[in-house]
Amino acid sequence: MSFLGKLSLDAIPYHEPILVFTMAAIAIGGIVLFTLITKYNKWGVLWRDWITSVDHKRLGIMYIFVALVMLFRGFSDAIMMRTQLALATSGAPGILPPEHYDQIFTAHGVIMIIFMAMPFMIGLMNIILPLQIGARDVAFPFLNNLSFWLTASGAILINISLVFGEFAKTGWVAYPPLSELTFSPGVGVDYYIWALQISGLGTLLTAVNFLVTVFKMRAPGMTLMKMPIFTWTCTWANILIAASFPILTALLAMLTLDRYLGFHFFTNDGGGNAMMYINLFWAWGHPEVYILVLPAFGIFSEIISTFTSKRLFGYTSMIYASGAISILGFIVWLHHFFTMGSSANVNAFFGVMTMIIAVPTGVKLFNWLFTIYRGRLQMTVPVMWTLGFMVTFTVGGMTGVLLAIPGADYVLHNSLFLIAHFHNTIIGGAVFGYLAGFTFWFPKAMGFKLNVRWGKAAFWFWIVGFFVAFMPLYVLGFLGMTRRLNHTNNPDWNIWLYIAAGGAVLIMFGIICQVVQLFVSFRDREALDDETGDPWNGHTLEWATSSPPQAYNFAVIPEVHDIDAWTDMKEKGQVYQSKASYEAIHMPKNTSAGVLMGLTLTIFCFAMIWHVWWLAIVGLVGAIGVFIKRCYSNDVDYYVQPEEVLATENAFNLSGSAKINSKGIKA
Amino acid sequence: MSTLSINVEAENTKLASHDDHAHDHHDTSGDTVFGFWLYLMTDCLLFASFFATYAVLFMNTVGGVSGKDIFELDFVAVETAALLISSITFGFAMICAQGQKKALTLIWLAITFCLGAAFIGMEIYEFTHLIEHGNGPQGSAFLSSFFALVGLHGLHVTAGLIWMTILMIEVARRGLGKPTVTRLMCLSLFWHFLDIVWICVFSVVYLMGAM
Repeated sequence: MSFLGKLSLDAIPYHEPILVFTMAAIAIGGIVLFTLITKYNKWGVLWRDWITSVDHKRLGIMYIFVALVMLFRGFSDAIMMRTQLALATSGAPGILPPEHYDQIFTAHGVIMIIFMAMPFMIGLMNIILPLQIGARDVAFPFLNNLSFWLTASGAILINISLVFGEFAKTGWVAYPPLSELTFSPGVGVDYYIWALQISGLGTLLTAVNFLVTVFKMRAPGMTLMKMPIFTWTCTWANILIAASFPILTALLAMLTLDRYLGFHFFTNDGGGNAMMYINLFWAWGHPEVYILVLPAFGIFSEIISTFTSKRLFGYTSMIYASGAISILGFIVWLHHFFTMGSSANVNAFFGVMTMIIAVPTGVKLFNWLFTIYRGRLQMTVPVMWTLGFMVTFTVGGMTGVLLAIPGADYVLHNSLFLIAHFHNTIIGGAVFGYLAGFTFWFPKAMGFKLNVRWGKAAFWFWIVGFFVAFMPLYVLGFLGMTRRLNHTNNPDWNIWLYIAAGGAVLIMFGIICQVVQLFVSFRDREALDDETGDPWNGHTLEWATSSPPQAYNFAVIPEVHDIDAWTDMKEKGQVYQSKASYEAIHMPKNTSAGVLMGLTLTIFCFAMIWHVWWLAIVGLVGAIGVFIKRCYSNDVDYYVQPEEVLATENAFNLSGSAKINSKGIKA
Repeated sequence: MSTLSINVEAENTKLASHDDHAHDHHDTSGDTVFGFWLYLMTDCLLFASFFATYAVLFMNTVGGVSGKDIFELDFVAVETAALLISSITFGFAMICAQGQKKALTLIWLAITFCLGAAFIGMEIYEFTHLIEHGNGPQGSAFLSSFFALVGLHGLHVTAGLIWMTILMIEVARRGLGKPTVTRLMCLSLFWHFLDIVWICVFSVVYLMGAM
């Protein structure tokens, strides 16, 4: 074994034109970014205000930045796949050879679930949840920063695999025995293992952090049954994370032992059991999809109640429905592999449990409809996403119930019908939710609203594109086309593959509209300025702060008397009132420990992937060292002085009350 | 000169206000312990996954050794006793820490450390003994899941020993301040938790395996 393990110049795929092009684009982009930051002298700001920040709002913005970058990458993979499948019909080879195509569909799945949807959800939760419960930060601010850098570290590893070596060719589930050393001797599966392991650790820490925050740091008066609905759905999601991610950790550790030390957990020989992997994978994987979608349900609830100017219908039933979904989410995993061949009774149990989930989900849908009923629904962009979700998700839910019938599943298992189903629920449920929340809370995080015209254009391209891209997949599933095919030779399928590719192009226009929307909104930020911190006449406490909120969120911790605490305060006229003096505010200090641990652990993982053992030891010891040093430090906090609080609060309250006077908004 | 005095004055006001507000300094030790509890629950699920795997795979010996052939209950009983007693001694350390008795706390921690180290030493001996006789984790799915489950517990105990060392240094240098006692509290939860897990390992793996 050489000094650099398996790493050599051959690891760089310079013979693949698409990859060389990608690398060149990344290099040029990197150089431009580096030059711009240096030219405008922003390295200090970047380090002090962002990289080392423990402020949950800034971390949330960074999470969403990562999610958008990874959305871009995951979507590039998607459009390459659709192009390939539209070209490689009737026996043509297309543009992507199988070994490259296999990496692309694997990367697409991993990126979209783990590095797009999860950071997007966690980012929104970071920005909003502490504000909604009237807290000044999360329970463990340093841990929050560390979680972000662990997630970022995983994302970086996935992107490194573009340049050094390869990514897994196993599909995003990495089922053995294909993912075992015998059949995947390259480094691809190792990238998969370590990227998921490290980001999973970050996610687990986030869940613990936010559970403590919610249970211990709510504003006085906010009982559990007065918590805003988004906070509630995030809490259910965090419970699910805490209960399911350890299974992923264990599973990846076992696969690691199999691949690195010759264990026999999932191998064909030595008594290993590959179905064990598949069971464990979905014992994590199924709760994972509810982790993604429950916060989105919360976002829709907030949006619907805000833009109908009504209280949410059935608040309590929403909470119990979310709880029911969370618990049921743990006893349905076997429906991912009815074809394993369990007894009819076992399959029937899991089929029935799966169908029962439609009941609490239906409760939610009716609650939203009843909230709209006799309200004055304003057709804003977030509302359009919400209505789009209600239609799209219902279709996806019904095809899910269809797949829950074991007999039907035997026919449709691993066909494109399944692909259509889960994109229907994840895009129509989770992604639409995050995009709705992104538009809804953008002014809170950034201080200005998003342009409406481009927002509406993006929505229409997305939803039309979605249906054009994925409805043909249902048909293809019935026509017998299975997933992960590289090229096809069945004339009956061609037309549907062409239509699906057209749909992907429409979605691309939607994404372009969103980029333009961001650009236009930033250009017109003066006109779109949100001076009051409450642009939509909101209901919950995040709208009680300025936009963007003060670092300490609340100068005085508010007292809560109602589910819609901010509406309640506005009705009682208790808003935008400065006090004569304030008390000093205790705040956590920024720290470089998180980013240093992220860096050393990235080195550790990279070295493990390439079997550079000495470097792995250096990375691991470095990370542990930084952690111990941080734990020993007692210099972790500071006080915001009363005079500073007074000045900030006066300025904010002045503009807030000015809005009430000028626009006559009910206070 | 004048600037200096102003600076000093500003510094003094700052210190004074710092003290004034010491009372509303949110006491976070409860949050820390609660957070650590939650972490332990996730750790519990990690062990549960390895237990489940062991339960599925323990009969897959592919013609090689089974638990009956390799487990020596007398040896494991001594190992178990060391770990169980270390939980009691850690309890004594915590009682002393709550009573602000620094020297006694350190002594009990040292005893706990020795018992934990004895446990780990015996486990390493058991593992090397098995590997030397050709019964390493590569032998069969049974051996893989056995080594992984017991090894995971051993890894946790080792991490606990490193943590204990660091905390002993901290207690010796900084005394038993509130943050230090909170850290000791977390380690004590961790240690007792590992004890409970070991009781499950002992029962499920060794006792049932040797039957």
